Amino acid sequence: MSAEEAVGRIESGMTVGIGGWGSRRKPMALVRALLRSDVRDLTVVSYGGPDVGLLAAAGKIRKLVTAFATLDSIPLEPHFRAARERADFELVELDEAMFLWGLTAAVHRLPFLPIRAGLGSDVMTVNPLLRTVVSPYEDGEELVAVPALRLDVALVHLNRADAQGNGQYLGPDPYFDDLFCEAAEQAYLSCERVVSASGFLAAAGPQTLLVGRHAVAGVIETPHGAHFTSCAPDYGRDEAFQRAYAKAAADPAAWQAFTRRFLAGDEDTYQAAVAAYAKEGEDV
Amino acid sequence: MTVTRAEYCVLACAEAWRGDGEVLAAPMGVIPRLGARLARLTFAPELLLTDGEALLTGTDDETVEGWLPYRRHLGLVMGGKRHVMMGASQLDPYGNQNISCVGDWKRPRRQLLGVRGAPVNTLNNPTSYWVPRHSPRVFVERVDMVCGVGYDRAAAAGPAATRFHRIPRVVTDLAVLDFETPGRTMRVRSLHPGVSAERVREATGFPLAVADGVPATREPTAEELRLIREVIDPAGLREREVRP
Repeated sequence: MSAEEAVGRIESGMTVGIGGWGSRRKPMALVRALLRSDVRDLTVVSYGGPDVGLLAAAGKIRKLVTAFATLDSIPLEPHFRAARERADFELVELDEAMFLWGLTAAVHRLPFLPIRAGLGSDVMTVNPLLRTVVSPYEDGEELVAVPALRLDVALVHLNRADAQGNGQYLGPDPYFDDLFCEAAEQAYLSCERVVSASGFLAAAGPQTLLVGRHAVAGVIETPHGAHFTSCAPDYGRDEAFQRAYAKAAADPAAWQAFTRRFLAGDEDTYQAAVAAYAKEGEDV
Repeated sequence: MTVTRAEYCVLACAEAWRGDGEVLAAPMGVIPRLGARLARLTFAPELLLTDGEALLTGTDDETVEGWLPYRRHLGLVMGGKRHVMMGASQLDPYGNQNISCVGDWKRPRRQLLGVRGAPVNTLNNPTSYWVPRHSPRVFVERVDMVCGVGYDRAAAAGPAATRFHRIPRVVTDLAVLDFETPGRTMRVRSLHPGVSAERVREATGFPLAVADGVPATREPTAEELRLIREVIDPAGLREREVRP
């Protein structure tokens, strides 16, 4: 299916999980399709990177569930930062491991999972709905009960997939994309290349088959679809472009120009503008 | 050649991992990373180190000896076989740390990183801190948001919180600090050569214990200095993180 079709199944007000991590293998083509849609009031669940930044800049987020937002090589995500300083959206700020436990609970259809993380920290203060649970065994430990992070929709990007939705990662880290897919009612998987399943094991071992078709509602072929985040081994992060993004994000006039140049058209227009930019090798 | 302040800092960071055994040294920041490598090349060869992403690297820093993607890394944190050295935008007398935001959390004056893994780190494995600029802006009476849990907050949260909680060290460009006092409040453990107790007190936003005759941070051996300058950091990245 196309990115537009996938995004067409997302309604305003839904809870959308976004795979990847920071500025790494984010489903950026799907995020760009979301930017072009009129969907809004989203609850976004993400180990945040420029996905969160772009959606925040476009005013699409009503509530954000995350442990951080970063561009990795640039520590602070500028749009996330500005949106927070304007109090543009509600924030559920969780620890990285609490976030993992919340997804894991949703995958296993559990209401919560216990964890030590969070106790004593202000994560408990800024999220007054968080509760603790006491071990029924002799240790009697009181732990945090992380609620399940159930998702209406998950968006993830992998290196390869077949048309049925079996997805393969070829880089060093799967991140948490399988959990996002399994925690969601519907998951949409974009990939660098749609291949035939018969090619999977020629590329790498069976443990790289991260996502199963039973957990995927649609496959979208989006070459360079994680740009400007990294998608090892197909490509690394586009550091020059990311620097230009961060620089533009810091200034409203520059951001307008950036939006006009890169985000006003469809995905093909974006990729063509990026290629032209790379060739020029100059600042936006 | 005289030892630079940055080199004392590398050495002091390395010392944080001494005696930890076969655990992952997880350094955040240039100087802690150099320190962890120095420790492994000298007195702590059993330490595990990553390439900063998903791979565990051998003592030559190139050979891959294992796989540690984020989810296994989080498992390792909760299993405790790790000693992390994090940064801190704010630190208080009990070791509560903030990297999330400055000001009111609901509408921060300055949004920073977010809590990241500070809560899980501090409750599960030893967590030290590295502060490249010791100043009253970092060392504050109260942090704006508790991300890394300090001794008072862990105690108040109960036995599940204190069970594996430990803050072995705070290393700064001026001194090495710890919490080995009866009240579990910060004290100076050693002053880097050339730094006076007065200077550290002035750079700290709360009353700080500095015992009379507090020792100086130890001198590097000739071999340690050679490793820092010729093997670990020939490009001199350390001098960019700490002012001379």
